[in-house]
Amino acid sequence: MIKVAHIGVGISGQEGMQAVLSSDFSFAQFRYLQRLLLVHGRWSYIRMCKFLGYFFYKNFTFTLVQFWYAFFCGFSAQTVYEDWFITFYNMVYTALPVLGMCLFDQDVNDRWSLYHPQLYAPGQKNQYFNKKAFVSYLIHGCYCSLIIFFIPWASMNDAVRNDGKDIVSHPSFAFLLQTCLLIVVHTQLSLDTYYWTAVNHFFVWLSTIGYFAISVTMYSNGMFYVFPSSFPLFGAARNTLNQPNVWLTIFLTFLLCILPVVAFRFIFIQLRPTINDKVRYKMRTEELTAPAPRRLLRRRSTRSGYAFSHSQGYGDLVTSRKFLIKRPLKMTALFTQTDSSIFQNQPQHYRTIAEEPQSP
Amino acid sequence: MMASSYNAKEEDGHHSGASSGTGLSKNKKPDNTAFKQQRLPAWQPILTAGSVLPAFFVIGLIFIPIGIGLYVTSNNIKEFEIDYTGVSSDSPCYNCAKNFTWNTTEPCVCTVNFTLLQPFESNVFMYYGLSNFYQNHRRYVKSRDDRQLNGDLSALTDPSKECEPYRKSGDVSIAPCGAIANSLFNDTLVLYYVDSNNSKIEVPLVKKGIAWWTDKHVKFRNPAGNSNLTLAFRDTAKPVNWAKPVYELDPSDPDNNGFINEDFIVWMRTAALPTFRKLYRIIQKKSGTTPTLPNGNYMLNITYNYPVLSFDGRKRMILSTISWMGGKNPFLGIAYITVGSICFFLGVVLLIIHHKYDNRNTSADIPS
Repeated sequence: MIKVAHIGVGISGQEGMQAVLSSDFSFAQFRYLQRLLLVHGRWSYIRMCKFLGYFFYKNFTFTLVQFWYAFFCGFSAQTVYEDWFITFYNMVYTALPVLGMCLFDQDVNDRWSLYHPQLYAPGQKNQYFNKKAFVSYLIHGCYCSLIIFFIPWASMNDAVRNDGKDIVSHPSFAFLLQTCLLIVVHTQLSLDTYYWTAVNHFFVWLSTIGYFAISVTMYSNGMFYVFPSSFPLFGAARNTLNQPNVWLTIFLTFLLCILPVVAFRFIFIQLRPTINDKVRYKMRTEELTAPAPRRLLRRRSTRSGYAFSHSQGYGDLVTSRKFLIKRPLKMTALFTQTDSSIFQNQPQHYRTIAEEPQSP
Repeated sequence: MMASSYNAKEEDGHHSGASSGTGLSKNKKPDNTAFKQQRLPAWQPILTAGSVLPAFFVIGLIFIPIGIGLYVTSNNIKEFEIDYTGVSSDSPCYNCAKNFTWNTTEPCVCTVNFTLLQPFESNVFMYYGLSNFYQNHRRYVKSRDDRQLNGDLSALTDPSKECEPYRKSGDVSIAPCGAIANSLFNDTLVLYYVDSNNSKIEVPLVKKGIAWWTDKHVKFRNPAGNSNLTLAFRDTAKPVNWAKPVYELDPSDPDNNGFINEDFIVWMRTAALPTFRKLYRIIQKKSGTTPTLPNGNYMLNITYNYPVLSFDGRKRMILSTISWMGGKNPFLGIAYITVGSICFFLGVVLLIIHHKYDNRNTSADIPS
């Protein structure tokens, strides 16, 4: 069982801390297992799969654009992006938004997750990140890279600025492609994020605006005077971004990459809605009211079943009832509650077995 | 004993984090804040028909007029292109191309005649275009020294290693160093209008104002300390394949000589694609209603200095007017019209799908 299981869960309690020390997760009551699996485990699975899928997608897109450029630069390994952009892409421009999605994303909130345990099934069936999903991310990255490279390529073929001067220099072309790429990957992340907290908003907008701020700073007079050889793309930002055909190209690229995704997702929601889609839709239209908190006296079990296989253990100590609080015994019937106590988040009651006190 | 370390904790889920009654141990419960319990207020968008379908229709309706505008603007731009490489034996520059040698003292001149069917209005821009010329090859792109071009005196006599093998000529360092500078385009193009009396009128070509302002005034600077450029460059050699040194690029105008020569600056801005055009001269518009270039016969006088046939390249001269979207490029217009139409059509298809299958989401039969 230990070899086959995915995680080990230890319950801390009267039997001691041995299970706690050697388990992946530990808590104090069995009923927390439900929340661990159905809420936190499910969210964790979804976040991990989204994170992995998005990471592969954005790096496929980034790298395959360079690959298409190779056909046009004599296969000389000339990068189509500028060096600093390559350095900053994964570290600065796309790091924070993914972090935000990975930390905060929820598709349905915790109460709905507990109400519909069927939502847990995709995790068990490995549906969100398998070979087929990986190939689909690869194809998506490939398609986006084709759009991001060839639309600007066709639009800048023999193009000039609106004052006749050059615009298809390598720095300007690089800057155009960089901008298209960043806007597309940030928008794809925005489509993947289902739960937009203030932190997510902050990270995404910070990264997008930060890209423009950093680029304009890097291509400005100041940096050029200090390090002329390291920042050769001086002037590219201001001479490129004031051209209407550049912005029109960026807009066209962005829409051509994003609209198919939106259309596909919408069609799938309409034709083959998953349980996830249905619950999210329901969550929007109905409000699941929380039950009023009811404090119930906790009934601690007066006996525990356990065994140590290697030594006699503390059996005598426990059964001597030395440290148990004496409570008036009540006769409790089995199954007192008709509606699910799990749903109401109440402790479950077990039938207690009264024993004759043993003499120590 | 191990069992004595057991804490009496409140296990009720709705109890807020108060410390336990014993007061012996710290409460290890996490705070019941929205951040730590993952209950932050959030916007949870879902793709509904009410948001997706109008978006598709609006995008379709916006793109089609923009595309039509772009296409009409591009069609109104007048452009004329002529290839003067001299590949076929009946082209005027065939002899110049065939008999090209590096050590020639007498430049080869050829003349190409062409006719403009329509008059060109407003400013006309003359470009030279090269094909199959890989200015974006990695070794080529790196082969320059920006500090030297910025007028740094130490880099003038000790250029960067990236310029190899065009760094030193013997013992003397080359200024400007590098393969990009060495391959400077040096054909001279002069345009004549042939009027009805068969007399040639030279069309005035302006050679200033063709480079980016940032390049001309910030990035490229002559070495400081000497307004006499011959003296400023005295410890340097000219690039290997140049006929004249850099301080003789335009001796008549000190503002266009040396590193800040605009033809040189335009060439140093490496192109991103193997087929490119670079601005050569500007033909200013004439006052009044006279067209800048009336329709009729023209003569292009070419001093053929630049060999391209060895790598199967092509040279061409382009005359073009300009609009708010740049030069003649119908691609954006056609692309916008196509994408707008597809969007609109897709919107209609999605509307039909939504109409037929919408009941699936609203039904409450979530299988248990």
